[in-house]
Amino acid sequence: MSITIAMTLDLKGLSCPLPIIKTAKAMKELAPGQLLEALATDPGSVSDFKAWSKATRNPLLESAEDAGVFRFVLQKKEA
Amino acid sequence: MSNDVLILGGGVGGTIVANLVAKEVGDRARVTLVDATGTHVYQPGFLYVAVGQQHASAIQRAESALLRDGVKLIIDTATFVDTKARKVVLKSGHTLRYDELLFATGSRTVMGEVPGGLAAHDFYTLEGAERLWRTLKDFTGGTIVIGVAGIPYKCPPAPVEFAFLLDDYLRARGIRDKSEIKLLSPLNRAFTIEATSKLVQPILAERGIELTGFFNVESVDPSAKTVTSLEGETFEYDLLVLVPPHRGQKVIERSGLGDERGWVPVDKNTLQHLNFPDVWAIGDTTNIPISKSGSVAHYEATVAAAEILAAVKGEAPPAHVYDGKVMCFLETGKGHATTIRFDYDHPPVSPTPSRLWHWAKVLFNKTYWHTVPQGRLP
Repeated sequence: MSITIAMTLDLKGLSCPLPIIKTAKAMKELAPGQLLEALATDPGSVSDFKAWSKATRNPLLESAEDAGVFRFVLQKKEA
Repeated sequence: MSNDVLILGGGVGGTIVANLVAKEVGDRARVTLVDATGTHVYQPGFLYVAVGQQHASAIQRAESALLRDGVKLIIDTATFVDTKARKVVLKSGHTLRYDELLFATGSRTVMGEVPGGLAAHDFYTLEGAERLWRTLKDFTGGTIVIGVAGIPYKCPPAPVEFAFLLDDYLRARGIRDKSEIKLLSPLNRAFTIEATSKLVQPILAERGIELTGFFNVESVDPSAKTVTSLEGETFEYDLLVLVPPHRGQKVIERSGLGDERGWVPVDKNTLQHLNFPDVWAIGDTTNIPISKSGSVAHYEATVAAAEILAAVKGEAPPAHVYDGKVMCFLETGKGHATTIRFDYDHPPVSPTPSRLWHWAKVLFNKTYWHTVPQGRLP
């Protein structure tokens, strides 16, 4: 499996629920197994990404914070 | 030389600003308000029209009857704003000049952006609410699906309120046991605000309203009567009610004054355009990450009016700025309601639903015409 990021979404400055909705749209473009990186500044996105990953079964491989920017890496689930 | 204050839009925000400026300005400025229809519509009433509790005539008045004598009303539509020449071109071909310009043009709904979406009902326009009521009157049972087809949209709790009022209506008709109500939410809760969602979710469950989370409507198949989400789920429906995608008005996009959805970028406190200091925007029209609702337009209007007055008088901008204040009522059915209050610095709080808040909403709806447009409520 490749670890390269297939797509990066800059969601900084957007507030809930836009980050998760834009991510849901972008994930549709990916092939199974591909990775999406999302960068957000809304603190609510931490729990939203976790819950979205669980509900849609697209694994959340990373959830981290660096200087107020949250970085999430999601993997598109196998079809 | 006299100054020209030009206001685009005769909704709650534009009307308050026009009246407050005209009251104070004396002969220092002319105040002109341009409205597309000349009819002032109380949009929170759409919800009641959709379930047959109110008639369309009860939620609209002539804009001319709500404006002070000092405001000139022009019934026309702005088609282009030239910020260099400080001119606004109208559909009729006339041109108006301005020294201070306010966008209070609200939002427009674009259900056509959703593939198959035009087959769905909505309660986000008066026509939509009336059509939904005509369909509901003849409804004899089946699955009613309520979903959200675009963010941001006006009045975030409205789909939840509609579900509760629909539940009341179907019970009163004696067909609730033959009907299912499914509420599809873009997030994993009833709507954006977490504290209030926690409060209303047990009531949804108690009424047998089935909540499905992370369902962002992507498309509708009118022949199969199904609705599908971005997340890949599909539901069947007998009656589909969608919150349509929203955009700002075309004049904003055409004049290059907004973002890709036509929302005007303004300072979240002063409501002044980020690139043009003689242009302000309030209400749905702005790109501020705050609820698109009448209460926001109302609170912002008092700030914008003070800013515009200071500009007319050549004074320093007022110290009082918009603090992100929002106050909404939320009907929870069975004659009960709660409220949601918050601002930029204070998270939302909601009291336990009660009859008191329902009656407060009824009273507000009735007294609106004599208090809010005139700027009589702070």
